[in-house]
Amino acid sequence: MNDALPTAGGPASEPGTVVLRGTGLTKRFFGNTVLEGVDLELRAGQVHGLVGENGAGKSTLMKMLAGVHTPDGGTIDLDGQEVSFGHPVQAQQAGVSTVFQEFNLLLERTIAENIWLGREPRRFGRAGPVDTAKMRRDTEELFAGLGVHELRPGTLVRNLSVAEQQIVEIAKAVSFDARVIQMDEPTAALADHEVELLYSIIERLTARGVAILYVSHRLKEIFDLCRTITILKDGQHVTTRPASELTEAELVRLMVGRPLTTFFPDKPADAEVGEVRLELRDVGNGYVDGVSLQVRAGEIVGLAGLQGSGRTELLETVFGVRPLARGSVVVDGQELKVRSPREGVRARLAFITEDRKAKGLALNQSIIDNALGVVRAVFPGRTGSARREMPGVLSNLEVSAQSLSQEVQFLSGGNQQKVVLARWLSIDPLVLLMDEPTRGIDVGAKHRVYELMRELTRQGVAVLMVSSELPEVIGMSDRIVVMRDGRIAGELPAGSSEETVLALATGAVADEDVA
Amino acid sequence: MSAVTSQDTGRAGAAAARPRTRAGLSSTALIYLVLVAVVAVSAVLTGIEGRNFFSQGNIWGVLTAMSVLGLIAIGQTLVILAGSLDLSVPYVVSLATLVAAGGMKGLDGNVPAAVFNTLLLTAAIGLVMGLLVALLDVHGFIASLGIGLVISGYLATNYQGSHGAAAPDFRLLSRTGIASMIPASFMVMLLCAVLVTLLLRYTRLGHHLYAVGGNRAVARMSGVRTATPVIAAHVLCSLLAGLAALLLVSRTGVGLPTIGSQGRYDLLSIAAVVLGGTLLAGGKGSVVGTIGGVAIFAVLDNVMGVMQVNPFLKDFVRGLAIVLAVAVYARRSVVRRPPRFGPGTAAAPAGTAQEAR
Repeated sequence: MNDALPTAGGPASEPGTVVLRGTGLTKRFFGNTVLEGVDLELRAGQVHGLVGENGAGKSTLMKMLAGVHTPDGGTIDLDGQEVSFGHPVQAQQAGVSTVFQEFNLLLERTIAENIWLGREPRRFGRAGPVDTAKMRRDTEELFAGLGVHELRPGTLVRNLSVAEQQIVEIAKAVSFDARVIQMDEPTAALADHEVELLYSIIERLTARGVAILYVSHRLKEIFDLCRTITILKDGQHVTTRPASELTEAELVRLMVGRPLTTFFPDKPADAEVGEVRLELRDVGNGYVDGVSLQVRAGEIVGLAGLQGSGRTELLETVFGVRPLARGSVVVDGQELKVRSPREGVRARLAFITEDRKAKGLALNQSIIDNALGVVRAVFPGRTGSARREMPGVLSNLEVSAQSLSQEVQFLSGGNQQKVVLARWLSIDPLVLLMDEPTRGIDVGAKHRVYELMRELTRQGVAVLMVSSELPEVIGMSDRIVVMRDGRIAGELPAGSSEETVLALATGAVADEDVA
Repeated sequence: MSAVTSQDTGRAGAAAARPRTRAGLSSTALIYLVLVAVVAVSAVLTGIEGRNFFSQGNIWGVLTAMSVLGLIAIGQTLVILAGSLDLSVPYVVSLATLVAAGGMKGLDGNVPAAVFNTLLLTAAIGLVMGLLVALLDVHGFIASLGIGLVISGYLATNYQGSHGAAAPDFRLLSRTGIASMIPASFMVMLLCAVLVTLLLRYTRLGHHLYAVGGNRAVARMSGVRTATPVIAAHVLCSLLAGLAALLLVSRTGVGLPTIGSQGRYDLLSIAAVVLGGTLLAGGKGSVVGTIGGVAIFAVLDNVMGVMQVNPFLKDFVRGLAIVLAVAVYARRSVVRRPPRFGPGTAAAPAGTAQEAR
């Protein structure tokens, strides 16, 4: 930790002074006011949290500061000077960098080529060739400054994990000598141990006097990192307070405007666990090995583990996306010969994928076409009845949309996820496989998803849920199965502590036992 | 908790330490291995016919065949890398041979002006196409198809049969070479390949060409002027087609209004580019690979010529080569992550995470 921090061209602001001030920021789209009179102050060396439900205006605010949108009202001051950015590059050159939720990286190019894209250093002045050696050196220096030692500038971005791509994005943001860095849901795709690395990078940045605007749905992170928290609701500025004066419950109350006393709905009192719905016997292939587990009707089993521990791959194997090389999958006592997702669906397995935009939905098709997609493909005879029931299902899920023919790309993340759920409910699933069911959706929608999971278990559905959010796994599961390196590391009862789960997932348990 | 954290960093370090080789061979190495195999088989087959594949005359023939398609395929590589496509090359080639031969009128004194006019005209055609694609957002497929049809219509109404005559000195170009084995036209093609490779590796234009082809939105957000690389790629592609036409004129001695479409340079150049490992969607690939693809086609053609194979079978073999190559590339790009456990079924199925992008 004692490497010298590169100071060349670095931010010079005194810690605590206001670097960026937004006053009365307002934005309208087609007459809709999405942000009205929002004030914001970012101070050097401090992390400022920005929270609110999806649609509260967080992204719009960030995009205005990033130069993607121009404000319709209000001013942005940088170091006391009023600025206006017409293009993201102008904002970056002025020292305001943004790490967007969707990565802006070229998969087929190297790390260095991505970071210096659009401003490649050249030898011998403006007409000279690109100085690839300098690009490499500068990238290494950049990573050293962030305490990252594992990444090589020449590696193709395609070969990086999501967490590593995130680091490249941050390094790119820093490379503009940024004094303000905005991060939009930087941990949405990271597992818990990768979050630690992000924390250490943020620590280094604040130590250098960088002001950080941090947007996250994970409240724990907000409290871990932020000194001040700004809350938005429906485009309005609710309040800005020091984090020390807020509790998690109060923050949620301010965000949703209603108190959520118990965030995870309680297990119904009359809940009873039935016969075995899904049984895996010694399942193995190139990704997982020797996995045996049972999920009973009316039970929620949480599948915890680090990113890359084989959780997603296990669900994909059960569903028939990946081939099963060894062992067997039994649904309702019948051994399943799954060779394709189609046969998985025929056995009435439902699979909520991790990446709904790429694998869960056809973004440019309507809500109704998406919702009926599975029934149409696999049980065409039932399409008519499913179509008649769908409006009821969607309104029961509290999907807010203009009409059933609206394209799903225009829905918020939460509403998109509800459409995915509706799509799978239409086959009356016996087993629900859920991979990160609440990723990137707002608090209200999360709550609705949890309630739905409880409703389904009451009807006898067996749920196997993968999640990187430990509170979610602990709050929702009847049992927690922890995976490590493609194998089951152990099983924990409901209500185990985060530390226990994490220790099992990282393999720290054995070490502690020895010590 | 601290025990857990230290464990974490240990893991992260170990994970990063795993070697990140590019899943075995690179596409370029693979294509040249295939080329060597094709040459070996061809040498044997030629030998069975009682002839020598490596004779001066035969090598000269293969390299000559490579030079015209090579030039066009280099241009096509640029256009495809930038995320566009050029279907107009055969008509540009035909038009350029007419302009060149018509301008020379068989006189050595006319050569510089004729060459200049030919290249200027082809560059202008490329510029129009580039502007259509970059500024009006017409896809390259459509823009070049349209321009190609316009030129082909003009040619059909105004020219019947051969036109003009190459200057005697200019015709010498097709007969000069090194050791009666390496024709000058091949050297011209190779020089262009080297220049374009340098352009792609060591200029901002080259870097931005990959960026725009890989993901235009990302390039834009990074401050890249997204129109410039696309326009430049189209101008260079048409210009290289013009250069190829000059080589053809030096060989045939006249301008021919159908020489390009008979050569089927549109589809063959695209096929060579794809065979060389360049992604048809853009953003990934190299000229080195393309030259490998062109060489494979030239060798296959040569050996089938020696064996006097029926022309339909020739097409059959070419088609097979393209489809096989693309299937292999698709397979390679899916099987990327090494499986963690035993032999099992190592093949990753379709529809996995890698494909989602």
